[in-house]
Amino acid sequence: MSTLAANAPGVAGSGLEDVAASEASLRRFLHGLPGVDQVGLEARAATLGTRSIKTTAKAYAIDLAISMIDLTTLEGADTVGKVRALCTKGRTPDPTDPTTPRVAAICVYPDMVATAKAALRGTDIQVASVATAFPAGRAALPVKLADTADAVAAGADEIDMVIDRGAFLSGRYLDVYNEIVAVKEACRRPDGSYAHLKVIFETGELQTYDNVRRVSWLAMLAGADFIKTSTGKVAVNATPPVTLLMLEAVRDFRAATGVQVGVKPAGGIKTTKDAMKYLVMVNETLGDDWLSPHWFRFGASSLLNDLLMQRQKLTTGRYSGPDYVTVD
Amino acid sequence: MSDVVSRLDVLKTYKLYVGGKFPRSESGRVYEVTDAKGEWLANAPLGTRKDARDAVVAARAAVKGWSGTTAYNRGQVLYRVAEMLQGRREQFAAEVALSEGVGAKKAAALVDAAIDRWVWYAGWTDKVAQIAGGANPVAGPFFNLSTPEPTGVVGIVAPQAGYGHSLLGLVSVIAPAVATGNTVVVAAAADAPLPALSLGEVLATSDVPGGVVNILSGRTADIAPTLASHQDVNALDLTGAIAADGPGAAGGLEALAADTLKRVIRPEPDPFAQDWTNAPGTDRLLSFLETKTVWHPMGI
Repeated sequence: MSTLAANAPGVAGSGLEDVAASEASLRRFLHGLPGVDQVGLEARAATLGTRSIKTTAKAYAIDLAISMIDLTTLEGADTVGKVRALCTKGRTPDPTDPTTPRVAAICVYPDMVATAKAALRGTDIQVASVATAFPAGRAALPVKLADTADAVAAGADEIDMVIDRGAFLSGRYLDVYNEIVAVKEACRRPDGSYAHLKVIFETGELQTYDNVRRVSWLAMLAGADFIKTSTGKVAVNATPPVTLLMLEAVRDFRAATGVQVGVKPAGGIKTTKDAMKYLVMVNETLGDDWLSPHWFRFGASSLLNDLLMQRQKLTTGRYSGPDYVTVD
Repeated sequence: MSDVVSRLDVLKTYKLYVGGKFPRSESGRVYEVTDAKGEWLANAPLGTRKDARDAVVAARAAVKGWSGTTAYNRGQVLYRVAEMLQGRREQFAAEVALSEGVGAKKAAALVDAAIDRWVWYAGWTDKVAQIAGGANPVAGPFFNLSTPEPTGVVGIVAPQAGYGHSLLGLVSVIAPAVATGNTVVVAAAADAPLPALSLGEVLATSDVPGGVVNILSGRTADIAPTLASHQDVNALDLTGAIAADGPGAAGGLEALAADTLKRVIRPEPDPFAQDWTNAPGTDRLLSFLETKTVWHPMGI
């Protein structure tokens, strides 16, 4: 994983140090990014979705996808019991087959972090917490920072923050930048280490692909460890073109600065076939470097069951059914 | 010189009926369907294991809605199927005549019998609870009531032989299963799938919710084992599993079904001698039911 030193705001030595010096310079940089070819992007994403992945490659991809899942429950009706059950599922996704890999992380609301942390003790599964007035992000900065610090204090390994879409859409880029920097600082633990910061763009609300490219660069410049498409709470969530665009952004960012940033599509990824399409996209755009849970995650809840059913089909030769996986 | 321009034939593209839609086979392949004399009739989609899987997903999704409708409403919907079939009587008579090699008159009679069978099963929907359930005498101050409930998703290997199998036989296996609230995935007769695929068009226009009946054409040896081993299929009707051996044989399919404790209807000892015009009785109607029993405290 990237260290903070390499991924600090401003990114020393890349020529991008002064980009965020003022509102004007930041705007000049973001609006100077090349425009997105919408037709080309969508066509490329569609083409990558047509690959046929079978047999051993499929088995590998299923296990990889399971190990990349941020198993998520973000409901108002979440209870301690439900979070514990989800953690148990994350530890042992398929109790009938101990070779099934564990998920990467459990993603919960901040008040459930302590519960999840306790339930996952003794494993390397991370606890991710949404923060900063998720999902709308409509709260004052001190509230957002307190929200974040609270989750980190409760033991969260990763923080999923939402950006202020209102500020971004009205062109106040520096506000968004400063907020990400401030939240990153709130991720600091007493021992000086930092909780991993994922920045959620809610691409379904950003209107254009150009905006997605701009916000990706903005977040990476501000020190995001991961960029994430969506909250899963609005009508349009992760789509292949948007994810492809973000993958290209992290590729270009590493080429420019040497800093590697992870990507997490979230929301609406429900089937094994969908997950395969994303993995193909990662492999074709970024290559092996990103094909690990350290650099690519799926934010999902129902995806895991479908992956498990497909996994059972591969091992037994019989189609499985929803009666053979848990009801979440 | 004649100025009459001969009209081009408008040939029909037969398609599967899955989830209320008419997809081509996932494989993109078709196979040739011939009449009783071996003349080419049409190309039918070659349904594969994946098509069967997709159909089971569609059937499973439809269970909640269909089993939750009132029996009275189900009866109306099934009657509507008969009405729609009546309107396309000639088309079906022609397809049955070609598929089974019977004369026009006999084919028309078979279609009429198929329509009557829909009506007959439509009438059963709100009566089956009376014969399959009832009040049980118990030694205590309780009302004890048993009611039949649908089993769920039923995989059906449609009749491949016997007089009237292509449409009447097909209706005779589909209608009883859906009348009681089950949803079905049907492997149509491999040699005579055209009436079955056309029946899908009738069902699509009959208020039958998408996914309640799913019709696949193709090799029985591909589709039947997939349905038999599928863990999300609750019951299996092997009426058309007439192969002597191989993956389409009834014995092997029963063994696969046993792994998940499916209810199974076995094929007749001599399927070729079966006459589907015979009165069906209630056996099929009562085959795919589970019994729910409720204890209710009795008042003073």
